[in-house]
Amino acid sequence: MLIATICFYVFSAILVASAALVIMARNPVHSVLFLILGFFNAAGLFVLMGAEFLAMILVIVYVGAVAVLFLFVVMMLDVDFAKLRSGMMRYLPIGGLVGLILLGELALVAGTWTFAPEAASATQVPIPDPAQVTNTHALGLVLYTDYVYVFQVAGLILLVAMIGAIVLTLRERQGVRRQVISRQVSRRREDSVTVVKVPTRGGVS
Amino acid sequence: MYSAVVLMPLLGSALAGLFNATMPKGHSRDLAAQLATCLCMGVSAVLSVIIFYQVALSAHEQTVTLFPFVYSGGLQADWAFKFDTLSAVMVAVVSICSTAIHVYSVGYMHDDPSQPRFMAYLSLFTFCMLMLVTAANFVQMFFGWEGVGLCSYLLIGFWYDRPSANAAAIKAFVVNRIGDFGFALGIFGVYALFGTVVFEEVFAAVPTHLQLSIHFLSWDADALTLVCLLLFVGAMGKSAQVPLHTWLPDAMEGPTPVSALIHAATMVTAGVFMVARLSPMFEYAPDALAVVTIIGASTAIFAASVGLVQNDIKRVIAYSTCSQLGYMFFAAGVSAYAAAIFHLATHAFFKALLFLSSGSVIHAMSGEQDMRKMGGLWNKIPITYAMMWIGSLALAGIPFFAGYFSKDMILEAAFAAHSGVGTYAFWLGIVAALFTAFYSWRLLFMTFHGAPRADHHTMEHVHESPNVMLIPLYVLAAGAVLAGYLGFNSFVGPDSEHFWRESILVLPNHNSIEAAHHGPGWVGLLPLIVGLIGIGTAYGFYIRDPGIPGRLAQNYRGLYQWLLNKWYFDELYDAIFVRPSFWTGWAFWKKGDGAVIDGCGPDALAANTLRLARRTAALQTGYVYHYAFAMLIGVVVLVTWYLLHG
Amino acid sequence: MTVGLGHYLTVSAIVFTLGIFGIFLNRKNVIIILMSIELILLAVNINLVAFSTHLGDLVGQVFAMVVLTVAAAEAAIGLAILVVYFRNRGSIAVEDINLMKG
Repeated sequence: MLIATICFYVFSAILVASAALVIMARNPVHSVLFLILGFFNAAGLFVLMGAEFLAMILVIVYVGAVAVLFLFVVMMLDVDFAKLRSGMMRYLPIGGLVGLILLGELALVAGTWTFAPEAASATQVPIPDPAQVTNTHALGLVLYTDYVYVFQVAGLILLVAMIGAIVLTLRERQGVRRQVISRQVSRRREDSVTVVKVPTRGGVS
Repeated sequence: MYSAVVLMPLLGSALAGLFNATMPKGHSRDLAAQLATCLCMGVSAVLSVIIFYQVALSAHEQTVTLFPFVYSGGLQADWAFKFDTLSAVMVAVVSICSTAIHVYSVGYMHDDPSQPRFMAYLSLFTFCMLMLVTAANFVQMFFGWEGVGLCSYLLIGFWYDRPSANAAAIKAFVVNRIGDFGFALGIFGVYALFGTVVFEEVFAAVPTHLQLSIHFLSWDADALTLVCLLLFVGAMGKSAQVPLHTWLPDAMEGPTPVSALIHAATMVTAGVFMVARLSPMFEYAPDALAVVTIIGASTAIFAASVGLVQNDIKRVIAYSTCSQLGYMFFAAGVSAYAAAIFHLATHAFFKALLFLSSGSVIHAMSGEQDMRKMGGLWNKIPITYAMMWIGSLALAGIPFFAGYFSKDMILEAAFAAHSGVGTYAFWLGIVAALFTAFYSWRLLFMTFHGAPRADHHTMEHVHESPNVMLIPLYVLAAGAVLAGYLGFNSFVGPDSEHFWRESILVLPNHNSIEAAHHGPGWVGLLPLIVGLIGIGTAYGFYIRDPGIPGRLAQNYRGLYQWLLNKWYFDELYDAIFVRPSFWTGWAFWKKGDGAVIDGCGPDALAANTLRLARRTAALQTGYVYHYAFAMLIGVVVLVTWYLLHG
Repeated sequence: MTVGLGHYLTVSAIVFTLGIFGIFLNRKNVIIILMSIELILLAVNINLVAFSTHLGDLVGQVFAMVVLTVAAAEAAIGLAILVVYFRNRGSIAVEDINLMKG
């Protein structure tokens, strides 16, 4: 158990630190890299909690896709190094106040909340014994049966996002000749061929 | 027949109004309106004579009830016409004078573009006046009262494109209103005291309601006296008694037929009629009668003194009217109601005659009204001149003419009342008679005699009026000559008891008319002597030595100015009432309405909405992180609230 | 001491707060905002999984997967918008982005 505890603390510390550095780094590329670091550690936390499938998905999707996407955009947009402007200080008092209130409330909640008595019996999908059924297997057992609609909707959301991203960023380059297939296909004989009576030795003029 | 005499003028007025609205402008429209109104009035006049014969002479009193007016709890009043001697006399006087003036107006208003409107107003006025005099209850009388006030306003301001006419009309209406307010309070008092507003019932109940008192703001007043005084305030307003007299001279802005009809013969006499009609009430309130006497006598002398120095021909006659009304009131005040009504009737004839003749003069002089610019007319417009003489002789009380009989009766009754106020009234009346004779002949001499003071062009235009204007003058002149002699016995002579019967009540202990018949001889002669002195003085001032008036005015500049400016009443009222009212109105308008109500209401709402919207719009900075911050604050607020209240 | 539910929740809360601060305290550019959103979603995921483990309910993990999906989609669209915006305006400094100013 000690290993688990140490791991937990290490992972958490690095996660929090990298999260802080994400928002405070000057170089946006550094920000993205810190974000990736944070994701990795969060994945570690997930593994500790016994949700290894989710952890791997985190790494593959978040790190491998989303963070890389961030990196692409940062590189592409040629963002300047921005100095920490003093403007941030202007908002600190009010922001600090709000933060303090939030903190206070969180502490309040943390100190007084309890599970509702019927929560224990309200499990919808009880986790099977990990020795028998791996986390992945267990997830698979529910995802494609009881939550298939959710699954399909998630897929649709991804489809829409894909189409949306393409639609938003697509631009036609002017001056480039392209094939317009529909025009090609809808050509008729009358448009392209004419029969001309050509006198001998006259040539087509 | 009884209803017809009152309703025919209304029909005439409605027809004239209809023609005015529907027919195109032009001669035929004017003619149609004139015919309609004059015919209806003529029918009414004929009926009134028949009614006079029936009711007054043959003692067939009637009350014709039409339909209910007000039925509200204990207050019950019907539309009903009460025909007794008093109302029969008034109906006859009003309709005959009105008919004569309708016919006269056809000629006088010949060039006016709005003749149908004029005729309609004249007939409407006559209808209201007839309603007033035939009313069987206070509410109907008040209806007629207000109606004549309205028509007076409409007719004074007939030429509404003149600002002076509009101002005069408003002044008349406002001053009348003050009187009407008193009248209304009086009616409320009557209802509170007697529980009914029907004349018959009130009069029957008066003897049992004496010695009651009304408690008002820690004062106790004798109920009947207070009610009678309030009703008299109404009479003061309508009949131009001091201090509510200021509207009458300015009312001369209206066309001359209006002055003749309303401000000489009929409307202004409504107050006298009212006091006579309510004699059963006034007789039991001797304090009220004393007040009536004092005010009447004071008005008589005041108006006569102002009339001495006026230069506008119509104003002189207007002040003369005011003065004669004072006579009628102080006659009523000494319980000589019959004499007051007698003088009312004779005065209607000769005063209307004087006004219409002056209208004839103005017409001849192409609109000139200032006597200082007249003169030398007597041989150019002889008929008018003769009519003027007849009217003046009647007014001054020269024997055999109408005024002699009625005016002398009043003065004798005042003397014979043997009361303090009666004697006060008598002596003031004598002095006023002197003044009356003086200014009447001053008017005659200045207007018709001497060298012509108008320019050559005007004098060339001088012509006698057409017959349509002269025939009414003849009718009125006949009245001015004969009415006194013919009516004396019935009105105030030996037959008066039999004539008036129940329409006028005079308590036996102050029957001044009865006492007057047994008075000393010199009392009857004194007015005549005084009148002759007045005529002689006028002759001396304006024929023998025309320079005297000018020198007197120079030497007694202060007194002259005082009289010329009508004792500065108008200036006094302007300072006390008019200016503060205007200021109050302005303050309410600008400060109250403008600043407070508008400023705190719609304007403030609009301005504040705009201000708030602008400030709120400033929240939209366009920066996403501001929005996110706002969202965060919102979340925090929600959580806090939920924690505290949830 | 054993690491209990509370510890995970605390970590999640801290990361969440950091993400929130990142949204409105940053003065640099819009990409930081998008990354902060990812942090927030990560914190939510940690929360969900922690509860799922504690309650022994697999639904939490299913939900976390869906959140993951949505986060990915949203990041893609957000970045696409950002790219188009940059093409049109030439700058992604937060102070220049105030076209919605009312």
